[in-house]
Amino acid sequence: MTMLSLQNVSKSFGSLKVTDGVSFDVPEGQALGIIGPNGAGKSTLFNLITGNLMSDAGSIRFDGQDVTRVPPMRRCLDGVGRSFQIPQPFEKLTVFENLLVAATHGRRASEAEVTGDCADVLERTGLMPKANAPAGSLSLLERKRLELARAMATEPKLLLLDEIAGGLTDAECKSLIQTIKDIHAEGVTIIWIEHVLHALTSVVERLLVLDFGRVIGIGDPGEIMESREVKEIYLGIDV
Amino acid sequence: MATAYSVTLRTPASTATLIAAAVLIVALFAAPAYASRGMIQDLFFILTMLTLAQYWNLLAGYGGLVSVGQQAFVGIGAYALYGAVILGGADPILSILLGGVAALLLAIPTAFFAFRLQGAYFAIGTWVIAEIARLSVAQWRGVGGGTGTSLPRDALRELAFVDGIRALFDVRASAARDILSYWLALTLAVITIAGVYWLLRTKRGLALAAVRDNTEAAKSVGVDASRMKWVVFLTSAFGTGLAGGLIYLQKARISPDAAFSVTDWTAYVIFIVVIGGIGTIEGPILGVLVFFVLQSLLADYGSWYLMVLGLIGISVMLFAPRGLWGLISERTGLQLFPIRRRLVGGSNTKREV
Repeated sequence: MTMLSLQNVSKSFGSLKVTDGVSFDVPEGQALGIIGPNGAGKSTLFNLITGNLMSDAGSIRFDGQDVTRVPPMRRCLDGVGRSFQIPQPFEKLTVFENLLVAATHGRRASEAEVTGDCADVLERTGLMPKANAPAGSLSLLERKRLELARAMATEPKLLLLDEIAGGLTDAECKSLIQTIKDIHAEGVTIIWIEHVLHALTSVVERLLVLDFGRVIGIGDPGEIMESREVKEIYLGIDV
Repeated sequence: MATAYSVTLRTPASTATLIAAAVLIVALFAAPAYASRGMIQDLFFILTMLTLAQYWNLLAGYGGLVSVGQQAFVGIGAYALYGAVILGGADPILSILLGGVAALLLAIPTAFFAFRLQGAYFAIGTWVIAEIARLSVAQWRGVGGGTGTSLPRDALRELAFVDGIRALFDVRASAARDILSYWLALTLAVITIAGVYWLLRTKRGLALAAVRDNTEAAKSVGVDASRMKWVVFLTSAFGTGLAGGLIYLQKARISPDAAFSVTDWTAYVIFIVVIGGIGTIEGPILGVLVFFVLQSLLADYGSWYLMVLGLIGISVMLFAPRGLWGLISERTGLQLFPIRRRLVGGSNTKREV
């Protein structure tokens, strides 16, 4: 079954076309990686999928329903979870409360029902020692983990990860990859934007290349990385 | 690992607060037995300002909606009461509720327009709407138009409970009316603080904080941000309208300029919340006491009074942006009305930060 399907989705900011007729499908349970140079429109694409931005044209279907005009809060309830590229914690709330907001509202559940699950996510993301610290006091790395943890707390069917491996040490990156592999193994569909290619390719089954808002390649990660367009445009190598 | 987690909001201070609050409430309800009439009037003023401050704090401190137009709801609440009593012959005490409803009704179209505006524009928009309300009410001949009117003597004389209070405390009718208003103000303030505290402790309170900290992220985790804003705006309007009705029931005289005064019902209220500590329940309580003391001290100095208030307000914003209560809780870690949920149990207790 198709979890997410984009048909000819376009978005412009003024005269700048940041998403240009993008179409692709993501089958249920797949992990798709998205790569592309800075300014290719990757984060905009995420904002269109989550509804934080509305597309100018085209249609987006999620889990069998047309969600093109559906607001972000409703898409979250339907099962779209996301992390932000620049961490957006609820700074005055504690780390635990950040997860509690996501779990109680994203799943329409009571605090008592989700407390154990939130604690579980804190353990899995290594944030338990910081559970009662205000999110505003976290380091950048911890904020990135909080992005992942908060998205996980909504128990999404589709998890969108926006550059969460950047700036991590090797050991941290390894543990992050393992966490994402575990989530994936549970059947969660994942779309992951990442510049840390070895992290990305060790998880995803398919790779999409975006440039100037257009899809210029999608398919097997190995083949995509070897393709002429990717080397030319993305890696800047003159072939 | 098999670990049981639980959540607690309690702090040692919060239990003590609860007991102290209960004692204080009883003492305040009993005040007419030992306090002078002047003191009852002062307490009435403090309690109604506290109520207004709590609602403005809910709006701005928790909802991020910095309104400069709360006088619209004070005014419309007060005028609804006067209209009902003078033109409809309604019971003045029940008409206080009508004041709340009138404010609620005005809040719906106000929110419809003002929610399209952000930040400073929202503030100005609410002020403009309040001015429109003032000018419209000034056209209402039935309640005295631009010059205003008084509550009919008959309505005041037949005020419920007044005879009982006269007998109980052996006072004159006018003093008994003050006692009645005071009790109503105390009830309203207690319900307001308890209600706000309850709201902040529910998952809606968490959502409110999330929306204030980061609206886009809140939407992305399933929070209905616009609904939260509506809930807060309408609740504040209703409560402010109740307070408006009550304030002018006690004054027994009204005019559009007074009832829709931006200075009396919004500027002073903002001052109270800002110097006390915005975004806390303790802040407005401390703020209203400071405000009352300043007003008593500076009452004879005319416009100097406003200038000193302004200077104090600016100094607090610059040097203690979280207000006096912010300073105190920073130094002592004191939280009288804790809303922070702490995860306890499991492996967390040993590693707690």
